[in-house]
Amino acid sequence: MNQKERHTRFMERVERGEKIEATDWMPEEYRKLLLKLIHMHGVSEIMGAFPEKEWVPKAPTLKRKLGIMAKVQDEVGHGQLLLRVAEDLAAPLGKTREDLIEDLIEGRVKFHNVFHMESPTWADAGVIGWLVDGAAIINQAALLNTSYGPYARVLKRICAEESFHMQHGENIILALAGGTKMQRRMLQEAVNRWWESLLFFFGPVEVTPAARRMLDYKIRRKTNEELRQQFLNKYVPRIRSLGLTIPDPDLFYDEREGKWHYTPPDWDKFGEIVKHNRGPKSEERLRLRRFAHEEQRWVREAMVRSRELQTV
Amino acid sequence: MNVESADQARQDPEYRKALVELLYQLADDELCLGHRDSEWLGVAPDIEGDVAFSSIAQDEVGHAVFHLERLHELGEPDPDFLAFSRGPTERRNAVLVERPNGDWAQTILRHFLYDVFDDVRAESLLASSYRPLAQGMAKIRREEYYHLLHLKMWVIRLAQGGGEARRRLEQALAEVWPEVGGLFSWGEGEAELLRHGLIQCRSDELMHRWAERVKPIFREAELLWPGLPPQPELQGRSGEHTQDLAELIRTMSEVYSSDPAARW
Repeated sequence: MNQKERHTRFMERVERGEKIEATDWMPEEYRKLLLKLIHMHGVSEIMGAFPEKEWVPKAPTLKRKLGIMAKVQDEVGHGQLLLRVAEDLAAPLGKTREDLIEDLIEGRVKFHNVFHMESPTWADAGVIGWLVDGAAIINQAALLNTSYGPYARVLKRICAEESFHMQHGENIILALAGGTKMQRRMLQEAVNRWWESLLFFFGPVEVTPAARRMLDYKIRRKTNEELRQQFLNKYVPRIRSLGLTIPDPDLFYDEREGKWHYTPPDWDKFGEIVKHNRGPKSEERLRLRRFAHEEQRWVREAMVRSRELQTV
Repeated sequence: MNVESADQARQDPEYRKALVELLYQLADDELCLGHRDSEWLGVAPDIEGDVAFSSIAQDEVGHAVFHLERLHELGEPDPDFLAFSRGPTERRNAVLVERPNGDWAQTILRHFLYDVFDDVRAESLLASSYRPLAQGMAKIRREEYYHLLHLKMWVIRLAQGGGEARRRLEQALAEVWPEVGGLFSWGEGEAELLRHGLIQCRSDELMHRWAERVKPIFREAELLWPGLPPQPELQGRSGEHTQDLAELIRTMSEVYSSDPAARW
């Protein structure tokens, strides 16, 4: 079978809705698009642990302390699951887990814009769980029927856990919304801080060539804008029902068109942040990852040597 | 004579007083160490280790909650108040567990030495006259069993890894050893605790049992046994602590105390 026939067969499988497995033949382009997507997803989970990690030592009740510890642990665990999937895709390209992490530290792979931002109050920890994870669920749920089997299976587990996170976040938010004046102010300020980042999170409105190819390969099934609209549908009423204001005077739902109109996020500003790690917290959080990875290489090396000794 | 419930314990003020003192030691050890463990979230040497260590952190805080709830049943303030509002002199943890995390070798070694102690202590409490505590300990020990396996594996691997890992482990040993002795104290009320059957063995006996468990692992790791730990300078069980605990409490209660009227 020549390359062209293989490609045709592959596309037929994709069209029929079959799942592609790690050991199946796949076009180079498919492998690279998937790897880029899952690599970014994986490192975003790992970087996503940091904004909330800042609040782990300060969680204000024992219940919250246990809740946020478990939640941050889940994020790191999701990163691990996703990197396992990415490792298998990267292996034929000669890349290992160490390389995938180094790409992050060296700025060769992007992570989600939201995790470059500051989380200065306890309310931010709540908003991250509620809205950032809420946005992530919408993204991830839309990927559940992706054509790549290993990714679909990992996403299934991730989505189940994410819905716990959303409840954890919502629970923090409800306590603040029904709390003292100071707590309500803290919450409103956090919503103001996160709104623009949340809109950017779903990506540009126009379908880029790479996004188009992902739709063709059925890696993704929905466009960025469809997902953003889904987010607005779900969360605008919820945010308002808590007596909170959304910091966008131009936000409205057009009944006739059946879609939300909103002030677009500053695409250039956020583009700069994710492409060059120039967000307010990008450097600080990458330093933490660098500490974990580079300054503790001696631990991983000792583990390898000790394992070798034990198998001798 | 066994005491079956908090209500029954409250009928004997002397018994209750001794029991409360004991529960604070247990709760404060676990809370401090669990808090320190949680500081490793997201920055452990590898991602698998990060997830595993976080489970240990959650278990420790969970055990602290168990003891704080027992205290509340005995008429002490509610668990959150106890965790977030007590000052350093009211805390009864050993100084060893309030110390900030060092590197991974120090973290692992301290935790290992503590966990063996914690297991020996829990074992001795299985026969405590206070049945709610004895029953809780049986459950807690089942979880701690896995911590011990995990930490023992880490100590041996770091030691066998040679080079930098071994050097750091030996340095950690020299660093933590002077404060290990503080773990074994039952505080000023040891005689009362024994008299009421709340505990079954004296602190020196506890230390010997601990040493018998730690020595074989040191042998396997080819670490030099430094002799029994010395008496520490500060008696954490009597409320003597370092600035490190004051800072830990300040961090932990930053949000809690930012609005005294708030529910979180």
